[in-house]
Amino acid sequence: MVSFIVTFLLSFVAYLFLTASQGEILGLWSNYEIIAALIISLIVAAMASRVLFQKKSYHLLNPLRWVIFLGYLVGPFFFAMAKANIDVAYRVITGKINPGIVKISPNLKNDAAITLLANSITLTPGTLSVDIDEKNNDLYIHWINVTNLKPTIEDICGSFPIWARRIAE
Amino acid sequence: MNQLLNIFLVPGVLLILFMLISLFRLIAGPTVPDRVVALDTINTLVVAGMILFGAAFEEVIYIDVAIVYALLSYIATLYIAKYIERRAKNR
Amino acid sequence: MTVLLVILLSIGIFFNGLGSIGLMRFPDVYTRLHAATKCTTFGSIFTSLSVIVFGFYLWGASGDSKYGVLALHTIVALICIIITNPTGAHAIARAAHRSGVMPKQAVIDELKEANLK
Repeated sequence: MVSFIVTFLLSFVAYLFLTASQGEILGLWSNYEIIAALIISLIVAAMASRVLFQKKSYHLLNPLRWVIFLGYLVGPFFFAMAKANIDVAYRVITGKINPGIVKISPNLKNDAAITLLANSITLTPGTLSVDIDEKNNDLYIHWINVTNLKPTIEDICGSFPIWARRIAE
Repeated sequence: MNQLLNIFLVPGVLLILFMLISLFRLIAGPTVPDRVVALDTINTLVVAGMILFGAAFEEVIYIDVAIVYALLSYIATLYIAKYIERRAKNR
Repeated sequence: MTVLLVILLSIGIFFNGLGSIGLMRFPDVYTRLHAATKCTTFGSIFTSLSVIVFGFYLWGASGDSKYGVLALHTIVALICIIITNPTGAHAIARAAHRSGVMPKQAVIDELKEANLK
């Protein structure tokens, strides 16, 4: 039931976002558009409510986690991304590289947390996630400038596992 | 207004130039993953360029097309990656 | 206003161009993925941000909701780019390594030793 309501609300908001133009309600939507949005999102929710939440874990619905996620996006994540781009710019111009593939064990259990961490690693300085060991969730990471052969987690991704645990676990 | 329109046109043309540079890698790339990387880069540049041209000509429909293009090119990239992986396993 | 747009656009164009030049200069698939993914994502964020600022500014100035729609749709396209780009890069890197393309000049390769299938 929770998954039905969440799917309905998500598709309703997406429909309204994509069809905003002139009309009576807030100057953006007309009445017929709202009715069409209701009908279409009911159909979508009836068909696709089992796709989200396949493991019956609803802790991602907590609004506090969304606020932390937004703070993470505009704060430390954006700063690390700007640093990454200046680093890549330096390596494109000078051509100094020292690559290798290393392994880290962040000890995260949740699929959402692993996804968030892997995407953050891909977009931040000098690292790119290549593969995952699905038994114990070790990440294999291509590092463009290897400084030590047995890296700690702080060498690769700084404080990102702490944030990922706070947001998604 | 006319002056603001020119602001978005010049970067759009520059993006087309960068697409041509990436096209060299698509033609010359020694392995298949190289070509897929070049294709992925060109797709991202096409989406960014469509957004810029949509702002330059003030047409919202360009940006709708850009959204659909981004999602479809993502699915195409995933599918080619799966294909490469499976072909290597069967050999 | 125009100055802000020019600054955002030039940052975006600079990083997009760096991405395609890095695609030409780097020696193997993985380092090319570094250049292509990071630089084009960051550049596209800045060019889209300039369109969003332009749309909201004209919406406030002229009251025509067409410009607001332009900005809202650009936000949706930007979210699509940010989510799909690193995931696609991860898929390509994994497929490249499993199909036997090894990183050149590598000092260490733990994935080859682990040998997962």
